[in-house]
Amino acid sequence: MAEIRVLSPCGVIGSGFPESSFERGLSLRPHVIACDGGSTDMGPASLGAGTPHFSRSATKRDLRLMLLGRERLGVPLIIGSCGTGGGSAGLNWMKEICLEIAREENLRFRLGLVESEQDKSYLKKRFREGRIKPLDPAPEIDEKVIDRSAHIVGMMGDEPITEALNEGAEVVLTGRASDTSIFACVPTRLGAGRGIAWHAAKILECGAACAVTRKRPDGVFAWIRDDHFAVEPLDPEMRCSPQSVASHTLYENADPFHITEPGGVLDTTSSTYAAESDRAVIVRGSEYHLADTYTVKLEGAELAGYQSVIIGGVRDPYIIRQLDSWLAGMREGFASRAREIFPDRSGVPEYELVIRVFGRDAVMGPLEPRADEVPHEVGILFEVTAGDQETARTLASTLSHFAVHYPIPEWSGLISGLAFPFAPAELDKGPVYRFNMNHVVLPDNPCEMFPIECREVAG
Amino acid sequence: MTTLGELAKLIRSKNAGPFNLTFDIMFGEEETYRRVIGSGAITKETFGRIYNIPEEKILLVHHDAARAIKISIPRPFFSADLGDSDCYGGQQFGPLVDMEIPEP
Repeated sequence: MAEIRVLSPCGVIGSGFPESSFERGLSLRPHVIACDGGSTDMGPASLGAGTPHFSRSATKRDLRLMLLGRERLGVPLIIGSCGTGGGSAGLNWMKEICLEIAREENLRFRLGLVESEQDKSYLKKRFREGRIKPLDPAPEIDEKVIDRSAHIVGMMGDEPITEALNEGAEVVLTGRASDTSIFACVPTRLGAGRGIAWHAAKILECGAACAVTRKRPDGVFAWIRDDHFAVEPLDPEMRCSPQSVASHTLYENADPFHITEPGGVLDTTSSTYAAESDRAVIVRGSEYHLADTYTVKLEGAELAGYQSVIIGGVRDPYIIRQLDSWLAGMREGFASRAREIFPDRSGVPEYELVIRVFGRDAVMGPLEPRADEVPHEVGILFEVTAGDQETARTLASTLSHFAVHYPIPEWSGLISGLAFPFAPAELDKGPVYRFNMNHVVLPDNPCEMFPIECREVAG
Repeated sequence: MTTLGELAKLIRSKNAGPFNLTFDIMFGEEETYRRVIGSGAITKETFGRIYNIPEEKILLVHHDAARAIKISIPRPFFSADLGDSDCYGGQQFGPLVDMEIPEP
């Protein structure tokens, strides 16, 4: 097998990279340029609302450099998980940016678009067939959960991307794809061994995150050869060490030795890491076991409601020493007050009130081992979630007044027990979403969930 | 007594997807890595006691090439769900920093 070279300009498009690093990457003559565009890291809002995490201008800057670089070398450019969530809205957003750059730069290429947003009737059919299976842990799902999801995407493997390349695409924009698929598809298509290609992809997917110290978002380069791959950061002042590269398989994985892909499992149990130079590392011995059953992971987000929040602080030692009973009494009293202000609604207005105590256990919640220690001041975050923004706002403005004057037995007379840093104390947060599935689909083939469209772009 | 924070090169927590949390405890020197493992201070049992998680929910592995101890657990709340407090899962490692590691 001839050497196959892969350029990863940065960990996620829109986060930026130095032009000098990218130029160096181009000078090393890659067979493909690939970059990830999404993640579930920032929570379910991107998928639910269809809004990207990174700005249009930051994304356009990165994509312009990649499109121009690709044009110079005549190699494929692959952008995965467009628009953070990878739904149709995100893919469309990236396509519009891409077409705008093509017009501005007078670029001509064949564009492949691979959709990952899922048709609900398709998913319900697969659910009825028993071909949607839970991962661990997974929320319960049924057809109603599928119906009420704002958006559901499938995480594609390398096959639909390879199919787009086979159809002549030179620039491939995809919906949700596994981070590794976008880097593994060209090497495996050119005959690289699966174990080496997928392990290289895992190291490439976060850009310079595999370096000893990452100064800023930047790129890395990999050389995939017969029985090993080599990886090196593009910034000459950064370096990879055997430990830094080995460590990268730990990142964001539950099990660092077995990394599950749609079509199999990357097994790094027998991988060895050795220095090729003081900046480059060689990896050998990685294996890839084909799965008996092909599985496509689903990501779904549904609307959880509309939120208004209140930030306040407490310094009164008497309140702090009885904080839980103070908050519990306040919660109960507020529930009665909420019933009074919505008399036309039979019973309680539907809302959820989450109260977090910063300075005690707000960061770790039930995992906090030191929740019983009494601090000298606490920050309190009240979150009211209701079916619409107006209800949430109404409840929050009632709550802030109710809470600030909520009494304790030690003091007689009206107290003001909360310090509000803002006026008004209530902030509207808008719609909030939740992830609602952690399941896989068993499709008939790797491409059936991912429609491919190819078109000529001419300036 | 030395703390784990003093011995480790990096202690971090992070989401492993929206439903799981993972903790990486990484060491610069092989000797330190071996010392901490040998001390028996970081096991499923000790971790479970600190985080109040039953042992059968804990995955713990030693990654020799990375000189790292890695622990993964299910999230108490799914990432950014109502009630969740740490969307990225990045600040769940605090109690590990102060763990005392006995002298060898």
